[in-house]
Amino acid sequence: MILEKIKEKFGEAVLETHSFRGDDTAIIVKEKIVEAAKFLKEDPELDFNVLIDLTAVDCLKLDKPHRFEVVYHFFSVAKKHRVRLKVPLTEEDPVVDTLTGLWPIANWFEREAWDMFGVKFQGHPNLQRILMYDEFQGHPLRKDYPVSKRQPLVGPQN
Amino acid sequence: MIEKNTDTLSMGFFTTKVNDIVGWARKYSIFQYPFITACCGMEYMSVACSHYDIDRFGAGFPRFSPRQSDVLFVVGTISHKIAPVLKRIYEQMTEPKWVVAFGVCTCTGGFYDNYATVQGIDTIIPVDIYIPGCPPRPENVLDGLMKLQEKIQHSKQAI
Repeated sequence: MILEKIKEKFGEAVLETHSFRGDDTAIIVKEKIVEAAKFLKEDPELDFNVLIDLTAVDCLKLDKPHRFEVVYHFFSVAKKHRVRLKVPLTEEDPVVDTLTGLWPIANWFEREAWDMFGVKFQGHPNLQRILMYDEFQGHPLRKDYPVSKRQPLVGPQN
Repeated sequence: MIEKNTDTLSMGFFTTKVNDIVGWARKYSIFQYPFITACCGMEYMSVACSHYDIDRFGAGFPRFSPRQSDVLFVVGTISHKIAPVLKRIYEQMTEPKWVVAFGVCTCTGGFYDNYATVQGIDTIIPVDIYIPGCPPRPENVLDGLMKLQEKIQHSKQAI
C-alpha cells in the first residue's frame, strides 16, 4: 500500500521499489526527496511522523552506477508501519536537499552523514562535523579512506 | 675513630629508612583521578565499591581534580579527539604522579584498530602499570594496584 501510493504520486521519479521480507523500500531521484518526505509525513493514510534514521552508503565496491546512497527510514507511530527511501548520488555531485525543515532530528543525522561520508545537504543550517574533530582530513567511512590512516592531534604521527 | 664510623653508618641507615617510610606512606595514601570514558568504568565502579573495596589498599578516595591526585586511572577507550584533554590532565597533576592504563583499549587500542582510536595511551603519556582485559576483572585490577604499590615503595622518593 505504501509503495503503491508513493509510485502513484511520484511516477517517474521513483526509480525502483522492492519489498524484501516486508521491508518496503523505494529508490527515488534526489530532486524529489523533500517533496516525498513531506508527502509521507502529511498524507493522513501514511502518517509517517518519525524519521528513525538517516545515513549513507558508499557503493564504491558494490558495482553500481552511482557512488553514494542516502538512506532514510521512516516510521509511523499511529499506523505502526515503516518505509525506507534511498537516494542515489554521484561521486562528482554528492549533494541532496536537507530534511531539517520537516524533522529537526535530520540536523544531526545529516551532520553525521557529512562527517563520515562527505555527502552535502543543501540548505542545512549548520553542516559541520559532529563526531570527528575539526582538524580531521577526509571522511573516514568512505571506502577509499586508507584503513591504517591515523590523524592524531597529539602523539606520534604515522 | 670507631665512634665516627658508627655515626656514618647510622646516618646511612637513617636515609634508606626515610626512603622506605615515605614510600610506605605514599603507597597507602593513593589519591586517584578516574579518567573514565567507556565500559571499563563499570568494572572500575565495582572495584571502588564495597564488594572489592579499593579502600583496603588506601586508594579509596577519588579526587576529581587532577591537581589533588597522584594516580591517574585511565579507564576506557581514548579517541584522538579526547587525547589532548588526557594529556592536559596528566600535565596538571603534581609530582609525584603515576598512571595506570586500565583495560586493553588504553594499553594498546584493543580491537579498535581504526581511524578514531589512540593505539595505546603510552603514545601520549608515560604509563606505570598496564592492566589488560576487556574489561579486566576486579581481582585483576587489585593485582595491578598492588604491583603499583610495590613500584611506589621501591622507587627513589623525591621529597
